[in-house]
Amino acid sequence: MVACASNASNDELIKQLDKIIDPYRGNPGGLIQVLTKAQNLVGYLPKWVQIQIAEGLGVSLQEVYGVITFYTFFSLIPRGRHKISVCAGTACYVKGTKMVTTTIKDLLDLKPGQTTPDSRFTLEIVRCIGACGLAPAMIIDGKDVHGRLEPELIPAVLEQYA
Amino acid sequence: MKSLDELAKIKESRRAALKIREGVPSATEKAHVMMCGGAGCISSKCLDVVDAMKEALNKNGIADQVQIILTGCMGPCDMGPVAIVYPDATFYRRLKPKDAEAIVEEHIMQGNQIPRLMYRTPGAKEPTPRVNDIDLFAKQKKIVLRNNFYIDPTSIEDYIANDGYAALGKALTKMQPEDIIEEIKKSGLRGRGGAGFSTGMKWGFTAAASGAPKYVVCNGDEGDPGAFMDRSVLEGDPHSVIEGMAICGRAIGAEQGYVYVRAEYPLAIERLDYALQKARKNGLLGKNLFGSGFNFDIEIRIGAGAFVCGEETALLTSIEGKRGEPRPRPPFPANAGVWGKPTVLNNVETWANIPEIILKGADAYAAIGTEKSKGTKVFALAGRINNTGIIEVPMGTTLREIVFEIGGGIPRKKAFKAVQTGGPSGGCIPAEHLDTPVDYDSLGALGAIMGSGGMIVLDEDTCMVDIAKFFLDFIVDESCGKCSPCRIGTKRMHEILDNISNGKGKEGDIELLEELATTIKATALCGLGQTAPNPVLSTIRYFRNEYEEHIRDKKCSCNVCELKE
Repeated sequence: MVACASNASNDELIKQLDKIIDPYRGNPGGLIQVLTKAQNLVGYLPKWVQIQIAEGLGVSLQEVYGVITFYTFFSLIPRGRHKISVCAGTACYVKGTKMVTTTIKDLLDLKPGQTTPDSRFTLEIVRCIGACGLAPAMIIDGKDVHGRLEPELIPAVLEQYA
Repeated sequence: MKSLDELAKIKESRRAALKIREGVPSATEKAHVMMCGGAGCISSKCLDVVDAMKEALNKNGIADQVQIILTGCMGPCDMGPVAIVYPDATFYRRLKPKDAEAIVEEHIMQGNQIPRLMYRTPGAKEPTPRVNDIDLFAKQKKIVLRNNFYIDPTSIEDYIANDGYAALGKALTKMQPEDIIEEIKKSGLRGRGGAGFSTGMKWGFTAAASGAPKYVVCNGDEGDPGAFMDRSVLEGDPHSVIEGMAICGRAIGAEQGYVYVRAEYPLAIERLDYALQKARKNGLLGKNLFGSGFNFDIEIRIGAGAFVCGEETALLTSIEGKRGEPRPRPPFPANAGVWGKPTVLNNVETWANIPEIILKGADAYAAIGTEKSKGTKVFALAGRINNTGIIEVPMGTTLREIVFEIGGGIPRKKAFKAVQTGGPSGGCIPAEHLDTPVDYDSLGALGAIMGSGGMIVLDEDTCMVDIAKFFLDFIVDESCGKCSPCRIGTKRMHEILDNISNGKGKEGDIELLEELATTIKATALCGLGQTAPNPVLSTIRYFRNEYEEHIRDKKCSCNVCELKE
């Protein structure tokens, strides 16, 4: 229940989550926005977060769970400090998504959906990040795009993330 | 913003400051450097070049005489980072931080352009310095991307200087709502999300629908793999989308808009959010716009990663904070959209066309394009092609012009095999149809679709069975599971394709695929399922021999599939 991205205590997290919920209190329409912010705060969406959100917005816990599992952006389990999203859009696919995932597997012994034992990296496959001009590409931590990847370039990219 | 006069004043004062970008040397400024800040160039580390340039300007003591502006996507992503230096409009490409000093000291300070950083047409002896003379750009026609070379996307004044918000002013002070709808109808504009429905008719239905309040929605959930046009518009010219939506609000009687953007586009969200704040601050969103009594505002909704949310009914459900599952139509969004109220839903590119149509008139717009497809279309070129990136061409341009003239052809002297349009809903068009003019109807006749504008070029090394399997794999993953034809049917098709590509295909598989495809197309609930079999059908149509080779000879001539004996 305590595993979280920041080092704040759990009480502190509950307070911060309440602040996120406040503008949407009693308004089920804000569910996706609240879940997005809550995941940024806690790192993932454990059951206690879901309960607090369900009560705050006035929706059932089952509905909250249903929305979380529908969208790939949301996670029920803790993730690594750095998220590697390998693009498997069409352009990247024809230019070497397989090469990128195989190289990462060889380097980190990591398959899509898994997290390294030291919680450093989580690997996922995503559908088109819109960097088709730079294929094959991957995004790390949702913002750093690394394009025109080749097997020998990937180790240096990963080294930037401790 | 109280009046057209007030807008005109801002335009005049800002325009004078931007003369340098029209080629007029300035008494106080030496240069404006427009550095492409599209996602592609940012990935190619253009920000490091900007830092190096600032340092060089400071070192030479001319930092106050040169502006560096981060623009939206200029298009040629594979040449990134790219920049245009005004007043002489020199285009530089593949810039490294070390080139920044040369640009500052040789070009800006001494007036000597730097040939080694310029673009050279393949086969040409001399490079082409001026951006507008470069063949790649000269063949394009920019309406949607009209501002991407010239303005700072974070400056509302820059947008206004280039006629921004003049169309909204005109719509609010000089036109009646029905005139606006009539103008859009007359322009012939069709939905740029891919289906190609008449935008004016859609607005007309929503205006006539009973129920209040009404809503205006922008679909920015650009989910087709290989498509990044909407991203370029939102990053490079967010105000054009805001202005288009506000005009529609006036036309249909709505006061609230939503822009649904996918979470994978953080820069687009940031720029749009900033543009909304600026528009509110300048009285271009909010209450009583242009003193007309019309109120309008827009909220951003962020998509959380579900391809089906690009489908209109699923998107509207997702805006309400629910699982983005589609629902049967009718009722159409025009009658029952967000919160069950009448709603106009158009995609980003459609919205960006609106101000130009209102300002310059429907006739000018309808003069561009083909008989049934008017205006321009933005395409994202990617795959096995030399010039990857974003282009905008008049409807009716042929595939050959796009791939070989603007796109620069296929790298490494490989042979062209097909171009895939419309993503997982579209199809592959082979070499014998390269002279087809690109419009909604001719692409449809070939078994492909215009789609949102992703164009993936495939060369002789691409296995068409593998491509069909790739798209089916995508669909199986993204099918929401609500209706069984899509949930089960696409899964069965994927299994058959998997067998074929593994060497376990058998006689009759192709016919079975065709039968399943026909049933799914006829019975699936939403657009995702109804178009899901297209990539399979079109590859069977044009490349049946490749399927037969996999099944009968257990062979993949392209050496892509790993067949087991």
